Parts: sequence; structure tokens; C-alpha cells
Amino acid sequence: MSEVKTNVPVLRLENITMQFGGVVAINNLSLEVNQGEIVALIGPNGAGKTTAFNCVTGVYEPTNGIVEFHGKPIVVNHPQGKMIKQYGGINGDLYKDRKPVVHTPDKITHMGIARTFQNIRLFKSQTAFENVLIGTHLRRTSNFLTATFRLNMKEEKAMRDKAMNLLEIVGLADVANELATSLPYGKQRRLEIARALATDPTLLLLDEPAAGMNPQETDELGEFIVDIKNKFNLTVFMIEHHMNLVMDISDRIYVLDFGKQIAEGTPEEIQKNPVVIAAYLGVDEE
Amino acid sequence: MKKGNKRLIISLVFVALLYAAGCLIEHTAGTKSMVVTVLQKGAVYALIAVSMNLLNGFTGLFSLGQAGFMLVGAYSYAILTIPMAKRAAVYQYYNGGWVQFTIGVIPALLVAGIVAALFAALIGMPVLRLKGDYLAIATLGFAEIIRAIVQWDTIGPLTNGSNLLKTYPTLKNIMPGNTVLFTFIVVGVCIGLILLLINSTYGRAFKAIRDDEVAAEAMGINLFRHKQMAFVISSFFAGIGGALLAMYQGSLQANSFKSSMTYEILLIVVIGGMGSVSGSIMASFLFIACSEWWLRFLDAETVLGNFKVPLLAPGFRMVVFSVVIMVVVLFFRKGIMGDRELWELGSRRGAKGGRK
Repeated sequence: MSEVKTNVPVLRLENITMQFGGVVAINNLSLEVNQGEIVALIGPNGAGKTTAFNCVTGVYEPTNGIVEFHGKPIVVNHPQGKMIKQYGGINGDLYKDRKPVVHTPDKITHMGIARTFQNIRLFKSQTAFENVLIGTHLRRTSNFLTATFRLNMKEEKAMRDKAMNLLEIVGLADVANELATSLPYGKQRRLEIARALATDPTLLLLDEPAAGMNPQETDELGEFIVDIKNKFNLTVFMIEHHMNLVMDISDRIYVLDFGKQIAEGTPEEIQKNPVVIAAYLGVDEE
Repeated sequence: MKKGNKRLIISLVFVALLYAAGCLIEHTAGTKSMVVTVLQKGAVYALIAVSMNLLNGFTGLFSLGQAGFMLVGAYSYAILTIPMAKRAAVYQYYNGGWVQFTIGVIPALLVAGIVAALFAALIGMPVLRLKGDYLAIATLGFAEIIRAIVQWDTIGPLTNGSNLLKTYPTLKNIMPGNTVLFTFIVVGVCIGLILLLINSTYGRAFKAIRDDEVAAEAMGINLFRHKQMAFVISSFFAGIGGALLAMYQGSLQANSFKSSMTYEILLIVVIGGMGSVSGSIMASFLFIACSEWWLRFLDAETVLGNFKVPLLAPGFRMVVFSVVIMVVVLFFRKGIMGDRELWELGSRRGAKGGRK
């Protein structure tokens, strides 16, 4: 679909297990997202897709496994303390000699992973423009004093220009001064993506970007995702339920069921895969 | 850009007019008049309310420690400015006290803010990991502890224990006849700085944290650092506000910084509107005018002819206040201004606070 694809992994999950108490939400998940790809993560409800996102973005600390971003480990963990006894996954002692690495979500965003949320989380008292503007805050060079005394005018102007520019690219320039939450649903989704782009990511995680959209909006969104991916030289990793969208724009697909990866491949392969059909597409008629 | 400049000029002219009016009132009505008292105390409370609003309204941290930080500021100011000649008399039970130097009023105000900010930085570290009600309880507890510690006999040579601190420079004797102008200038500069901060990129980050912590963190905003920053800055200005309150009162005792003082300020913030600086300012003048002046009659037993008006007795004012709070919280939850500012009312963005 695009020309910048390579086989250089941007994001790599290695044997990630996430266990909440006795519940193993993700069991030994390994996957790779390569430079320039659009990779989809699909699976029935409760399969652990969003949990996987949360492990990558630092919201959760996985119980076991490694997450690498551009070849650098950003999360390393192994079962510790009472989790050693409780551990229900496999490969529990694979990393026991590695020093755990944990980062807070803001640190991960600094490194270049931006995300959107399954249930839209815009800053509700702010305008569309301000929402995007907040996304530029993390690359600031000013401290609170230089910002208060307006010694950062140049940077401030650059931030504003960048935010406005992003709004133009996502086609929301005309509603820049509207309250974010007063926008129609589809525009809110786009705004969330614009806000994520404002953090200068190299990897964009989209958590069900088409949730609640009608078929036409979904088609437009697909084009939009491919468009911004090329424009900003991004790699996209997304969770999605709309199969049309997934099959249209993804380069590769991972299928998750009950926390385990059950299949991996191109859209064509996944569509034919009997395991996937059994677990996901075929069994319950809708 | 041009439109923004125009609005800025109008605002500045408006503020200048307010200052002139304050001056004029003091010169015609005299420093001892009720209206001047209201202007002085109202301005001081305005600063404290805005500092609390920075934390509660703009950053979404429900903190009730304001009285504690005011107390720290007030004591820092008083301890550092009592004239050398009078220290022996003030610290008569503690052999003249430990501090044996005096600094100027303005440096002392700054130190008051800085000491309060240092306390905030220290307390913020454990406390800011709490959320919502827990944070409120922890900060409230801190304020009470500070009040107790200040009255502790062992550090009496510093704080004069539970005795009064007095004879430090007050509003009345540093700029005689222009007390309102002095208060307005100090408060104006402080509120101006807070406004600049709120409208900077850091202020936007604060509002983002208030609106949605999870999303703010996903946008790369370090929650703890920004909360700590808001907490420390808010306390800095609360410290200065406390020092101004000490200057207004003329004498200082830890016992007057009770938690009820925090609630008064919280009431002002809520009435003015959480997230509105101009709302807090208006509400504080309104509140002080009511409590010091207009509603005083509620506390006085009144006899009209042969008829003794029922209910009017000392303490009834507080009953009325409580009812006002309930009415505000039940029916005017957004306060006077909501989260808008006075100067935003005419503009398009001004519509953002209103519900449709």
C-alpha cells in the first residue's frame, strides 16, 4: 500500500504476559510492527487487545516479558514477589536475570508512541484547537518561569502554528474554536488523532478508531489513516472491530483470543484461516 | 492578534480605573471606614481565593490546606519584619527570640511566599499521590498540624508560641492613607502572574490534568511534576496572601488560621466559579462585604418599636451563610462566572462555559 515499508521492527513485544491477580489477561504474546506498516490487532471482546495496548503505553506493567521500541527495551519485567507463586503464564523464568524496566505513560509518549482511546478522551472544557495545543506541551523547552513571563514567545507561536496546521491537515480548521465535546462523533475521533500527532510520534496506536461509525465514515477514516501515515512517516498499530476497515488498510493482522495469539498473517491469510474463522468470524452469527 | 491587543488594553484601563476608584474611596471615606476595610480584606482574600482556584479549579486537585500555607506565610512575614527594638517586648517569654535581624516589607512578602512554597514542596511529595477526597483530608490534616506545631512551646523563640505576634509593619503604617493602593498593587501583581501562568502552556497542561488525567498522561504530561508545580505555586501565593492578611489584621495568632478559614475561601471559589479568576475576585469582595458589613445586622439584636425582630442574634449570620452555600451548591453550581472570565464574556469562546 505504501512504499516506505521495511522489515525494521519499530515495536516488538516478546512473551508479554499480563496477569491481574489470578486472571491471565494476556498470555505470552509476541508480535512485531515494522517501520511503515499498518498492523491490526483483532479478536473477540475481552480477548485482551486493549490490555496489550496498555502494556505498551505504560498504563499497565506487564507481569512478564519485554517491549522494545526502535530496538530499545522500554518495558522489561518478570514475575516478582508473590507473583512468582501465582504466575499462571508460561516462560515465567525467561527474564529473571534481567533488570525490570518500567516507564510511566508520559515517558513512553516522550519516546514517540502516541495513542488514542477506545472511549474518546478529549479534554472536555477545551476547544478543539486547545486540545491539539496541549499535545505540543511535552516537546517544550520553556520552564514555568519563562512561560509565565512570556520569554518563550517564539516557541509558543511555533506550538500554535503546529496545532493549527494539524487541525488543517485533519480537516478540522473550521471548528478550531468549538468546544471539543460539542463536535460530532467522527470529528472527535479525528481530533483525538490530531492531538496524538501533536506529540510527534513515530508509532501511532489507535484503539478502535472506527467504533460507533457508519460504513461511509469508516471508509473515510480508512483513507484518512493511510493518508496521515504517509504524510507523517508513521507506523500504525491499531485495534479494530470493523472487518472492512481492517482488511482494507492493514498490511498484517494479529488475532488474539482469550489472551493468546491464535493467528498472524496478511488480510488474505487471516480471512482463510480456519482457526480464526472458528474463534471469531464463523462461530457466532450476528 | 489585533483584537487580543484591544481587549488587553481595555482590561488594563479597567484595572487602572478600579485602582483609581479604590484610592479615591480611601481618600474621601477615610482609612477607618467600613468600605475601606472591605476593599483591603476583599483584595487579600481575592489573592488567596485565586491561588486556591489555581489548584482546585484549574488543576482539579481538591486541596484544603490553604489556611496552613497562609499561616506559614503570615508567620514568616511577621517574624522577619518585627523591628529589632520591639523584639524583646514581643518575645518577652522567650528572651527576645532567635531571629535577631529584620528585613524590608517587600523582601519579607517574597520570603513568606517562598517558605510556604517550600512547605508545599515537602508535603506535596507524599500527599499528591492521593486523589480526590483523600487529598482533601490529607491537606486538611496538614493545615491542622502546622497550626499545632507553630504553637509548640519548644519553637517558641521562633514563633512566640501561642502568644501574639505584633508590632510588625502593617497596612496602616507602611503607606498611611494609601492602604488600599498598596494592597491592590501587591494583590494585582500576584494575580497578574497567576493569570499569565494559567494562560501559558503550563496552564493548559494543568487544565488538561483537570479534564482527564489519563489522557493528559498519554499526551506526555508528567502528572506528578505538574501537580507538584501547581501545588507549590498555589502555596507560594497563599503564603503571600497570608502575609497580607497579617498586615491587615495588625497582630497575628496561629489560632485564627482554623480550617473554617479554608472553608471560607473554598466558598468564595465556588461562588465565583471553579476555574474563573475574575469570578474568584468578584466573589471575594462580595463575600467580605457581606460578612463584614452588609449582613452584620443579622448578628445584632434589633428592636423595631416594641417589636423584637425574631432570629436576629449573634451567630445568625453564619446560619444565613450556610443557607447561601446550600442554595449555591444546589442551584448555581457553576457560580457567578462558571469557568469563564469577565473579559471572555463577549467573545465567541465565551460561550464555552454555558450549558445548552
